[in-house]
Amino acid sequence: MAGYLLRRIPRMIVVIWGALTVIFLLQRLGGDPVALMLPDTSTPEQQAAVRADLGLDKPILVQYLVFLGHFARLDFGTSYLQQRPVADIVFERLPATLELAGAAVLIATVGGTLLGSFAARMRRRWPDKVVVGGALVGQSVPTFWLGIIAILIFAVTLQWFPSSDRGGLSHLVLPALTLGAFSLANTTRIARASMIESLSAEYTQTANAKGLRTSRVVGVHALKNSGISILTLTAYMFSTLMGGALVTEVVFAWPGVGRLMVDGVLQRDFPVVQGAVFMVALVVVITYMLLDLAYTLLDPRLRRT
Amino acid sequence: MADLAIRLPAAAARTRRVRKAGRLQITIGLVLVVPIVIVAIAAPWLAPHDPNAIDLLHRLAPPAWSAGGTGDHVLGTDHLGRDILSRVIYGARVSLVVGGLAVLGAGLIGVTIGLLAGYFRGVFDAIVTMIAEIQQSFPFLALAIVVVAAIGRGVTNIVAVLIVGGWILFARVVRGETMSISRRQFVDGARALGAGHTRILLRHILPNVRSSIIVITTFNFAWFIISEASLSFLGLGVDPNTPSWGQMLSDSRNYLALAWWYPAFPGIALVALVLGANMLGDGLQDRWDPYLK
Repeated sequence: MAGYLLRRIPRMIVVIWGALTVIFLLQRLGGDPVALMLPDTSTPEQQAAVRADLGLDKPILVQYLVFLGHFARLDFGTSYLQQRPVADIVFERLPATLELAGAAVLIATVGGTLLGSFAARMRRRWPDKVVVGGALVGQSVPTFWLGIIAILIFAVTLQWFPSSDRGGLSHLVLPALTLGAFSLANTTRIARASMIESLSAEYTQTANAKGLRTSRVVGVHALKNSGISILTLTAYMFSTLMGGALVTEVVFAWPGVGRLMVDGVLQRDFPVVQGAVFMVALVVVITYMLLDLAYTLLDPRLRRT
Repeated sequence: MADLAIRLPAAAARTRRVRKAGRLQITIGLVLVVPIVIVAIAAPWLAPHDPNAIDLLHRLAPPAWSAGGTGDHVLGTDHLGRDILSRVIYGARVSLVVGGLAVLGAGLIGVTIGLLAGYFRGVFDAIVTMIAEIQQSFPFLALAIVVVAAIGRGVTNIVAVLIVGGWILFARVVRGETMSISRRQFVDGARALGAGHTRILLRHILPNVRSSIIVITTFNFAWFIISEASLSFLGLGVDPNTPSWGQMLSDSRNYLALAWWYPAFPGIALVALVLGANMLGDGLQDRWDPYLK
């Protein structure tokens, strides 16, 4: 099992390296940050001094190697605008994003498994059709519009929940539901398909033939075997979900890494964007590793390899 | 004989179900998508106003049927007094053009790469698979935000970004199917008759992958439209003066308490188009592969 996990590590490093390289290249294409940092009245000498200070006057390859070296030591540089270490800024924002993404994953996985199993039990009857139709609609509603409508109905009109910022549980409800909705729809469909397969499998028929209660057959025998495909989906879903988190954080003024990244892009604050992207890649990669661990717990066949 | 009598009705029901598979979704999908396409093409004749005509005296006017609304602006006006109906109509053009061009580009590139990788295997296949895996484990929207911030907004750039994000799905599915079809006997037969690689790929393999390509086209189209709207919403989409649904939704956020119709109608149009495309894809998938259901 340790070997299984160890083999995955090189690939994860490659993922992070790939993301960093692309971002480095693109941001160097993106324009001159010095023009944004200094007032219009600054002299060319002042601009050159700042550029040299930031290392932007060196050859691009040197900049790239310096850049990778810094990231290897978790040194993300200093924010151009805030004049603070980016690592501090990013780690300040990280808990908010993890809270939001975690709540959304929980909603999607638990809700999707329950709804999908229910639909599979009711296959081809009307509750199944309602769930399947609802899931299709759920997959078609853009996260940001759902957020806007949620704010319009539950924050502006009914005033049940606050519309922005982070705080207690009441602040989390709308953003987490908004972010989780798309993944919930996805999970529901996969869970349903997988449960239909499990419910017609021979071991399920055996369990039925033994006279086990239906709740036990569905809840233990079939669900345990569907768990693997649901987990696989959660893994695939997670990078999409982190993308959705960027938009959700903007809609709900949620002080997370996603909003930090969007703001950083709009303000051309390179180091902040790089730090935020690195953090997103890291979170995704670590989540994949945890899911791999979960696989090995669910599927004993993997433990031996 | 008794055995047969018991099984027959079930078999007949199954055949009927297979023949009907996906019909409902396909119908709903067409009912949603086709009118939007027609509206987009006929926008200059259908829109009651110039979509960019500013009328500050009639800012945030409500829709015709609610209190204070006039028949002049059926779906109300936005914060600059522009007619929302006209902007929603013209916005359909942006979504369809961006989604259409992106799906065309991603399809051409992805299908070509998938065919070559699945047929020839080897190093090329390994590289393609690796790039696809790396890219898929990174949030597309994060990548798109950084790319657009670097190369700038505008229709061409958005389409390019979407192609970069969308070719993978085509390539992955086509590659997988090509690999299994390549091993089939009719391919060996064609080769024995002297067909070259090009002929085998285009005349024997491609037609067998066609249905999957069409299904992915519809799903990717839906996904591209959502992505374009999301980028426009973040201020990184098409030119802000072009009426696009994502841009309208972004602007509407400051007026939620004053004008519910402002976020409502562009969003409904967006959901209708995306749902239509998803329904079509879902229905076609059921139709061609009914036992998945």
